[in-house]
Amino acid sequence: MSTSEKSLLRFVTTGSVDDGKSTLIGRLLFETKSIYEDQYAAIEKTSKKKGLKDVELAYLLDGLAAEREQGITIDVAYRYFETAKRKFIIADSPGHVQYTKNMVTGASKADCAVILIDARNGVLTQSKRHGFLISLLQIPHLIVAVNKMDLVDYSRDVFERIVRDYQEFSQKLDIHNILCIPVSALKGDNVVTPSKKMAWYEGPTLLTTLESINVTADRNLVDFRFPVQYVMRPNSDFRGFSGTVASGTITPGEEVAVLPSGRTTRVKSIVTYDGDLQEAFAGQAVVLTLADEVDVSRGDMIVRTKNLPQMAARLEAILCWMDDQPLNLAKSYILKHTTRNVRAYVKKIIYRIDVDTLHRQAAEAFALNDIGRVDIQLSLPIFFDPYKINAGCGRFILIDPDTNRTVGAGMIRDAARHLEDYVSDPQHIKAPEQKSPHTVWRELNIGRAERERLNAHRAVVLWFTGLSGSGKSTIAMALERKLFDLGCRTALLDGDLLRHGLCSDLKFSAADRQENIRRAGETAKLFFEHGHIVLCAFISPFREDRDRVRSLFPDGCFAEVFVKCDIEECKRRDPNGLYRKAAGGLIPGFTGIDSPYEEPDAPELICDTQMFSLNRCVEEIETHLQEAGILRRIKTP
Amino acid sequence: MNSLKLSYLRQLEAESMAIMREVAADFKNPVMLYSVGKDSSVMVRIAQKAFHPGRIPFPLMHVDTGYKFPEMYAFRDAFCDKIAATLIVERNEEKIASGCHPLADGVDKCCAHLKTGALLSALRKHGFDAAIGGARREEEKSRAKERVFSLRDAFGQWDPKNQRPELWDLYNTRLSEGETMRVFPLSNWTEKDIWEYIRLEEIPIVPIYFAQEREVIVRDGILIPLYDGAQASGGKPAKGDKIRKIVCRFRSLGCIPCTGAIASTATTLEDIIAEVRKATKSERENRIIDLTSDSSMEQKKKEGYF
Repeated sequence: MSTSEKSLLRFVTTGSVDDGKSTLIGRLLFETKSIYEDQYAAIEKTSKKKGLKDVELAYLLDGLAAEREQGITIDVAYRYFETAKRKFIIADSPGHVQYTKNMVTGASKADCAVILIDARNGVLTQSKRHGFLISLLQIPHLIVAVNKMDLVDYSRDVFERIVRDYQEFSQKLDIHNILCIPVSALKGDNVVTPSKKMAWYEGPTLLTTLESINVTADRNLVDFRFPVQYVMRPNSDFRGFSGTVASGTITPGEEVAVLPSGRTTRVKSIVTYDGDLQEAFAGQAVVLTLADEVDVSRGDMIVRTKNLPQMAARLEAILCWMDDQPLNLAKSYILKHTTRNVRAYVKKIIYRIDVDTLHRQAAEAFALNDIGRVDIQLSLPIFFDPYKINAGCGRFILIDPDTNRTVGAGMIRDAARHLEDYVSDPQHIKAPEQKSPHTVWRELNIGRAERERLNAHRAVVLWFTGLSGSGKSTIAMALERKLFDLGCRTALLDGDLLRHGLCSDLKFSAADRQENIRRAGETAKLFFEHGHIVLCAFISPFREDRDRVRSLFPDGCFAEVFVKCDIEECKRRDPNGLYRKAAGGLIPGFTGIDSPYEEPDAPELICDTQMFSLNRCVEEIETHLQEAGILRRIKTP
Repeated sequence: MNSLKLSYLRQLEAESMAIMREVAADFKNPVMLYSVGKDSSVMVRIAQKAFHPGRIPFPLMHVDTGYKFPEMYAFRDAFCDKIAATLIVERNEEKIASGCHPLADGVDKCCAHLKTGALLSALRKHGFDAAIGGARREEEKSRAKERVFSLRDAFGQWDPKNQRPELWDLYNTRLSEGETMRVFPLSNWTEKDIWEYIRLEEIPIVPIYFAQEREVIVRDGILIPLYDGAQASGGKPAKGDKIRKIVCRFRSLGCIPCTGAIASTATTLEDIIAEVRKATKSERENRIIDLTSDSSMEQKKKEGYF
């Protein structure tokens, strides 16, 4: 069999050093001729330096100096070997140090898990713990390698007792395919070659088992899900959406929907470097082109119209906590699911699981290595399948926006179902109610692309956000004049303008502010679709509201400009005397006084009006527009 | 293809493409580190695939020490021309002018100046926030512990004990002020995979990977190629060196003074693959950079080496 046709098996190994895990991996690598002489020589040198009589095979696996110094494995390591039949990637997960974090990390990509048990000790708590985590992660195949059989005289009774014990325990787990193999990693029995000492065992060796596990059956080839990763627009003739098929299959001509917009169209072609495909399936990295010109951005999901994922902003999930700082229920985290990032709060901990007893406990917070079931609130809905049905669309990570560390890993069970929460907090979840359901969205008479060609510039929305008095409108006005003089079609929207007419029914409560920004966004969208450069100057203090506006526009067509200025300086400037009024209690809910301003996480541009002049700020934005290709065919005089 | 199964190489390829697209989508100013070797050739092909029918949306950057083989420079220029890639070449001119050399200054110091130092200042100079590199976990044991998206602090340093957990295909690409990311799309490839893929995809590589008769100096059992010119002064014979003519090839490519050849008669890709399959020594056996101590690579990486 040539390598290019070989299949791949990723497996995770777990167990402590005392169970002989390193020896077992060493044995697999050694017998498949995957250890090189110079690598062996290097660990021989280290072993001698340490005064050891034998070469410590564990050093081969412990890649970090700290691990060799302390004689422990700190982190997951990856090993590679192959046989005539298959290629293997081992994620070698340490058994005792930070086991949950490491186990979950190592097992996250595995098709199969190998748990080691020391035949002398039988089924210990640790072996159960590992089995439980494997079951949570829904790894479909589990091999229990009962090791050190040489030290129990290759006793059939010992082996069968351990098998019985483990089977009894695994009744509680959700693993269907468990195979137990008696081995001696040290002597080589049943690892690669069948043991002569254990003629009573008629099953396959460890390697034979690993070679023959069928993993293709574990994939979801039914539910087509295509999270858009990157929009490909190399020239005006080509617009494609790149990504990896998360599950299912698709062929050109099939009707698809783009989420969240819900627009429907057909797949025109499946483009790859090696030519167009007649079918794409789970695991392939491709580019899809669509029959109609619909807006699609990174984070959107393309699916079949007749097979939709769930959509929810409230989830129930199994969460594994991986950070030294405990989970904070008052904090908003970034949740990354497929290619989509949203803000998330953990609303409540339903229970924590004691991984040793499998008991459920009440808990106020999660500390490092805690695991349990939680209820999560998102700022925007995501499109998902339960992890158990479609793992690729049912998992997420949590990131702490302050430290940027990955703090949690989650597996979605389902949309949350707590009626009281929906009722008490409806504003958060629902998209604005569609009160005119019988209107039909019609494509513009003249599309944006045509208008852009006529205008000789691209359409874009510049969203200026910042405190009152920071200089948003001043910059926006100066920039608009400059762009207008260059011959661009522009539109300028600001808070005062909208509140005098379109939004004159709105006050300054959080809900009204949200509605105000929603209307501003939709207005900007109309101008945008008509080919304008739209400059929007709104305090827009809440991240969530700004993110919602951003989601109305294609990638690269919306730029958040954070107009930065200290609150003290803004108060000093106070161009309209508003701060004075607010301080006097005349304007309740004034941003910066008694209502918060949430700074943007990753604005496209920052204009610091305390440090830089108006001209400099305007020039910087202009440069950005030029570099982004918005003004590409206009020459600056 | 009708079986809805991807072969091992195609799975690796898809994984690497997805990683590169994630970089292009999430970073403002990424760059691909291009070292001219076989891994770089594979990386460039995967980038072409990831962004087809568009161009590769980031430049390639060669951090040049001045000590590379002449065949490498010729290949680099022709290759980048042919695929119309943007190539940036960066060197630590000051140290090169002052004659920094592994034999005079020691391997560690020379690498620190000409490779790590040049890389870090080039990243700063261009303001790159992500650098894609061709390192593989199989190459060396500290690499086996490194993430695909590997965070560097403001000084370009790696903190192996403080890495972010990396789960599934959900990569955390976020940076704090001053931090940068190194990204290794070939993390899960082995040397064998690289060669199999080069054969499968007919990817061009530097000709000195193939065996031919060369004049070499045999020093501590390592075959050091003899090269003319000031740049290659390490390849000049010193007292007690014996010059011999041996049919040999290079298994991995580095700087002339620090890269040994291996005795080999492999003149085709098939020969090389057969040889790699039978190899009893790792591909970095002839790289002096790794041999100074059991954790020399980890130390270099902590200092900012990629």
